[in-house]
Amino acid sequence: MHDDLILATPRGLYCPPGDFYIDPWQPAARAVITHAHADHLRPGSAHYTLAAPGEAVARRRLPADTTLTAVPYGEPLVFGDVRVSLHPAGHVLGSAQVRVEHQGRVWVVSGDYKREADPTCAPFEAVACDVFVSEATFALPVYRWPPTERVAEEILAWWRDNRARGVASVLFCYALGKAQRVLAELAARTDEPIYLHGAVASLTEDYRAAGIRLPVTLPASEPGTRPRAYAGALVVAPPSAAGSTWMRRFGECSTGYVSGWMRIRGNRRRRGCDRGFVLSDHADWPGLLRTFRDTGAARILLTHGHSDALCRYLREQGVAAGALATEYGGEH
Amino acid sequence: MRRLAALFERLDATRSTRAKTEALVEYFRGAPPADAAWGVYVLMGRRMKRCVGAAALRQWLTEESALPAWLVEETYASVGDLAETVALLLADRTAAPAESVPLAEWFEWRLQPLAALPASEQRALVTGWWRELPYLECLLATKLLTGALRVGVSRSLVTRALADCLDVERVGVERALMGEWTPSAAFFESLARPAAVAHPDQPYPFHLASPLEGAPDALGARERWIAEWKWDGIRAQVVRRAGSIAIWSRGEESVAERFPEIVAAAAALPQGTVLDGEVLAWDGRGVLPFASLQRRIGRKAPGAKIQRDIPVRYLAYDLLEADGADLRARPLAERRARLESLVREATAVAGGPGAGGWSAIDVSPVLPCGSWGDLAAAREQARVRGVEGLMLKDAESVYRAGRQRGAWWKWKLDPLTFDGVLLYAAPGHGRRSNLYTDYTFGVWRDDALVPVAKAYSGLTDAEIRDLDRWIRAHTREKFGVVRSVEPLQVFELAYEGIAASTRHKSGVALRFPRILRWRTDKPAREADTLAALRAVLEAPRG
Ligand SMILES: [Zn+2]
Ligand SMILES: [Zn+2]
Repeated sequence: MHDDLILATPRGLYCPPGDFYIDPWQPAARAVITHAHADHLRPGSAHYTLAAPGEAVARRRLPADTTLTAVPYGEPLVFGDVRVSLHPAGHVLGSAQVRVEHQGRVWVVSGDYKREADPTCAPFEAVACDVFVSEATFALPVYRWPPTERVAEEILAWWRDNRARGVASVLFCYALGKAQRVLAELAARTDEPIYLHGAVASLTEDYRAAGIRLPVTLPASEPGTRPRAYAGALVVAPPSAAGSTWMRRFGECSTGYVSGWMRIRGNRRRRGCDRGFVLSDHADWPGLLRTFRDTGAARILLTHGHSDALCRYLREQGVAAGALATEYGGEH
Repeated sequence: MRRLAALFERLDATRSTRAKTEALVEYFRGAPPADAAWGVYVLMGRRMKRCVGAAALRQWLTEESALPAWLVEETYASVGDLAETVALLLADRTAAPAESVPLAEWFEWRLQPLAALPASEQRALVTGWWRELPYLECLLATKLLTGALRVGVSRSLVTRALADCLDVERVGVERALMGEWTPSAAFFESLARPAAVAHPDQPYPFHLASPLEGAPDALGARERWIAEWKWDGIRAQVVRRAGSIAIWSRGEESVAERFPEIVAAAAALPQGTVLDGEVLAWDGRGVLPFASLQRRIGRKAPGAKIQRDIPVRYLAYDLLEADGADLRARPLAERRARLESLVREATAVAGGPGAGGWSAIDVSPVLPCGSWGDLAAAREQARVRGVEGLMLKDAESVYRAGRQRGAWWKWKLDPLTFDGVLLYAAPGHGRRSNLYTDYTFGVWRDDALVPVAKAYSGLTDAEIRDLDRWIRAHTREKFGVVRSVEPLQVFELAYEGIAASTRHKSGVALRFPRILRWRTDKPAREADTLAALRAVLEAPRG
């Protein structure tokens, strides 16, 4: 609609009266960022605004001279005659929903979010709004997440089992967010040290510096002359390490992959992993529907994922729903 | 069933053969004999006669899930497996799952009786299971209902585990599990005494070949190897024993009734004979395309007309039993020599070859070629002869069960190829359901492109992502989930064979088409023509 508060433009989601972009995929004068995943935070914009808890991890992914304003959750900002505030999205450390208010109308852009508890970030806050712009990564009814405790116990049992057989357990997790969430869940259950791939290690230090309780971690360096140095150990690595020469240092190992996609068996088989653990930082099908109700929004706009299916479903349920074309995506 | 679910999970979670064998042994040890017998049945990939159609299951699933039918369909398309979709949508919604029911009871009291019930009662029972079963059991029960369950263990692994746990010879177990048997506690217990279950019709476990990659020179001296054509038919054993005649396919299906000509010819074989060879469609001049044979396979009791239109012939290449004695431990050269004289005599007993000048049972010839180079030249003729390539068998090899690297090699032809233009794209399954990965390709007929092949595989992940982006940006029309795209992108595709088809607009059907590479260097107008594909189809046969 021509008077929409937020439009999908070739550069990104744009708010005309406030003259700023949300998670633009091309450089913009002013970018408000929901979180630091690569499909949402891209370098090149002149100025960034984001939630304070996410500053450290965002800076790692931006050039050193980037101009950046970090604001606490809930603190009001003003762009022209538009009021903007950031609210926890429960996705990763510092992830935010962007609330945009103009002449009595309120829009909320969710970025990515989940409704499950996560010891590494502030829980999702339902913000009342007229229009809710939502992700739809897992918007099919087969995506129903099992309880986090059960998945954490499964990971632990898998590790113990591998240790009994004297082999290493290599767990693939997204380097930002998922890895630290898994580490924090394990910290509540064991005191044993856990080895980290370099891509996970620095982000994990940012989380530790933010006061999040994490287990003792060690770098998964070359074992040198110690044969079977990793027998029985747990190693957390990004999915890109799977199948790489980096894996050779562990010798015989069992591999696991932590992702919402693991809900479907074929995905695990395609990944070539021994085990799939269903743990996601995105909302599942019931989580999406519940969130739409919680926000009280009269209109739902969907960005990335299975947006076509969810859009049609909502319309059939009598909800005004539409799609916004974005370049977000990826499987974190 | 819970025990089977646990086994399924363990087998699924490891790539190690040792760990799989351990899991199987523990399962067979722990399960009551009747359950273990049904476990063997499931693990060997046997299936019940299907008693509930997929359409009915989908309808019940839609009703149970309280979701719109289109969404259930879309979800199913994304998951790619009906039983899994059922379990993902319906299982684990109640806190307390039902108590486990033993596997034998599942089959004998639940699944098998279903066939005799009216649809309404089937529906009530099946949806009741869906409601109360935990995820994995719901998945398994639905799989058993719809057909076979793929567990990812080879039959030799299962027989090895059985032999381990029963402390008997593996060959005995192998033989006992060939052909037809009914799972029961008594059957499972009898496996510990293999001689007790030998059935007069039983075939032997098939010896399988491995694909040869590269040139055969590495195999050493040419004289050591017996070369044969690699037929594109149905591998089968003809078993002539104790006054009966059986034909067993490699899938251990009894197929004798489908091929009465071969059964008639087998009557001339002496008692106590087992042949290994290939069933082919044959018209007197040579072998017919596999598609013709498929029409024969489709008829359980073929009438006179189809027998006349598509005659079949059995070409034997091995003799496993003669005069009732197991010859499998004898060298191939010796088995082959005996095979030739035995078939020659049988043909004489039958009064010579048939009216067309050929017999329904004959010997697959040994290729006489001198050097490896001569053999390579012979292989080049394979396509015009309608065969898939060559078989190379060690003349000294014994006949063993399963795939045996080193003794038998299949040296297949390089695939046929053509350049096609991308016409349509549809989303893939599972993780790829966000991406357009199922493609339809066309070739030129005059000024129009006609679809000839669908292909799913062959591109790298990066290419798939690039192509997905291109498809979204160059969509012409959407039909449901399918998009037609601007006909600009050319791909080189491989296929294994081609046959005339009235079901396809192009008039041809390709076997196993797959993408070899993305020809970004080729403009669409340089893609192949239908006439060029048809020329392959009409190539003369030798
Ligand atoms: Zn994200
Ligand atoms: Zn995202």
